[in-house]
Amino acid sequence: MNEFYYFIREILLPSLFEGTLVTIKLIIFSIPLGLILGVLIAVGRVYGNRIISFLCAVYVIFFRGTPLLVQLFILYYGLPSVGIFFSPFVAAVIGFILCSCAYHSEYIRGAIQSIKSGQMMAAEALGMSRVQAILYIILPQALRRAIPGCSNEIIYLVKYSSLAFMVTCVELTGAGKIIATRYFKYTEVFLVVGIIYLLMVSVVTKFLDMLEKKLEIPGLG
Amino acid sequence: MQKGIDKVVVLEVEDIHKKYRGQDILKGISFKVRKGETKVIIGPSGTGKSTLLRCINQLTIPDKGRIWLEGEEVIHTKKNINQFRQKMGMVFQDFNLFDHLTALGNVEIGLTRVKRMDKDEARQKAIEELKKVGLEEQANLYPAQLSGGQKQRVSIARALAMDPKVMLFDEPTSALDPELIGEVLEVIKNLAIQGMTMILVTHEMGFARSVANEIIFMEDGKILESGPPYQLFNNPKYERTKRFLKKITELYGE
Ligand SMILES: Nc1ncnc2c1ncn2[C@@H]1O[C@H](COP(=O)(O)OP(=O)(O)O)[C@@H](O)[C@H]1O
Ligand SMILES: [Mg+2]
Repeated sequence: MNEFYYFIREILLPSLFEGTLVTIKLIIFSIPLGLILGVLIAVGRVYGNRIISFLCAVYVIFFRGTPLLVQLFILYYGLPSVGIFFSPFVAAVIGFILCSCAYHSEYIRGAIQSIKSGQMMAAEALGMSRVQAILYIILPQALRRAIPGCSNEIIYLVKYSSLAFMVTCVELTGAGKIIATRYFKYTEVFLVVGIIYLLMVSVVTKFLDMLEKKLEIPGLG
Repeated sequence: MQKGIDKVVVLEVEDIHKKYRGQDILKGISFKVRKGETKVIIGPSGTGKSTLLRCINQLTIPDKGRIWLEGEEVIHTKKNINQFRQKMGMVFQDFNLFDHLTALGNVEIGLTRVKRMDKDEARQKAIEELKKVGLEEQANLYPAQLSGGQKQRVSIARALAMDPKVMLFDEPTSALDPELIGEVLEVIKNLAIQGMTMILVTHEMGFARSVANEIIFMEDGKILESGPPYQLFNNPKYERTKRFLKKITELYGE
C-alpha cells in the first residue's frame, strides 16, 4: 500500500502535472478562438450573401463530416509536404479550433434562426445598420440561447484534447501513457488520468453553468 | 372639433406597388401627411396595411413608387436608409421589444448606438421618455416582466426617443387584452394632441373617429376611399366601406 502511494505521489502526479498544464493550455487557446470563429461562421451562414453563406456551409460540412484525428494528421503530417510546418502543440490547437468552431457555429446558427424576425425589424426601424443590429440585438440573444449547446462542445473539447498526443504533443493522456508504459501500471495511471479529466470537466461545467445563470434574462425561462 | 393643422407636408407617398410571390399586394397607394396630422388606415385584414407601413420606412422595399420625408426622397441605399429610418418611429403590433434589454435599455439603445449620444445624456432622455408613457417605475424591468400594455408603451417610448418626424403605428392594440387597450390608446391620443404627425393602422373605430384628421379605407391593395371621420362614418361613398365599418364596429365596439 505504501509503495502504491509512493508511486502516485512521487512519480505519477509530478509527471502528470506537466501534461495537465499542456492540456489546460490546449483548451485555453482552443475554446475562445473556436467560439469566435463559430460566431463568424454562423453569422456568415445566416446573413452572408450567397457565396459567403455557401462557403461557410461547405466548411461546416467538411469539418463535421471528417474525423478530428484525420484533420490533425493532415495538419501535422500532411502540410509539411507543401512546406507548412507546425509544432505538435500548434497543430493540435489549430485542429481543435477548426473543428470545434464548426460545431459551435451550428448551435449558434440555430439560435440566431430562433430569434423572431421582429427583433431585426425593430432594430432596423430604429435606424440600426445590419451589422449593428446583429451585434447589439441578435447576437446577445442568440449567444445566450446557444450556451447549452456550446457548453456541450466545450466539454467534449476538454476530453478530445487527448487526441493531441496522436500528433506527438505530450498532454495529460500522453504523459500518462509514457508513465504507464515505463512502470507497467496501466490501471492505476489511467484511473488517475481519468480523475484529472473529471475534475477539469467539473470545473468547466460549473463555470459554464454559472455563466448561463448570470446571463439569464429575468422573466424568461 | 378640428385641430390646427399646419400646411407643411411631412410625408408624401406616391404610387407604391408591392408584389409578394408574383401576387400584387399593394396596387398603387398615394397620399400626403401634413405636419401634426393623424391619418388612420383601416381595412380588412390581408389588404396590405402592414406591408404599406413597412414600405414607407423601407423595411420592405417597394417594387415601384416614391416616398418623400420632409421633401427629401427616401431612397434605399445602405447609408441613406438608416438616416431616414431614424426619422420615422415604428410601433409594431407585437411590440418587438428587445428581450435582452430592460425597458430603459430598450429606449436607450437607439440613442447610444444610432444617435451616438453620450451615455448619461441618453439615460436622462430615456428616463424622460419612459415618464411620458407613465413607466419610469418599470425602467429596470425586462420585457418578459411587463404586461402587454406596458410593453407597447415602452415600444412607443423607444420610437419617440429618436425624435421622429412621423410615427407609424401598426395595429398597436391588436395583440392586447381588452382591459389593457385603454392605456395604450391614451398615450397615442396624447401624442396626437401634442401635434405628433402619425399614421395609425387600427381596428378601434371609436378611437379612430376621435383622433383621425383623415381616415383611409384600404381594400385589396388600393385606397378605396378616404376623408374626414364624419364623412366616412356618416356618409361613405361606397357600400363596401359602409359594410366594413358596420362589421368592424360590431366586432370591436366603439
Ligand atoms: N413577407 C411576406 N412574404 C410574403 N407574403 C407576405 C409577406 N408579408 C405580407 N404578405 C402577404 O401580403 C398580404 C398583405 O399582408 P399585410 O400587409 O400583413 O396585410 P394587413 O396588415 O392589411 O393585414 C397578405 O396576403 C400576406 O400574406
Ligand atoms: Mg397587419
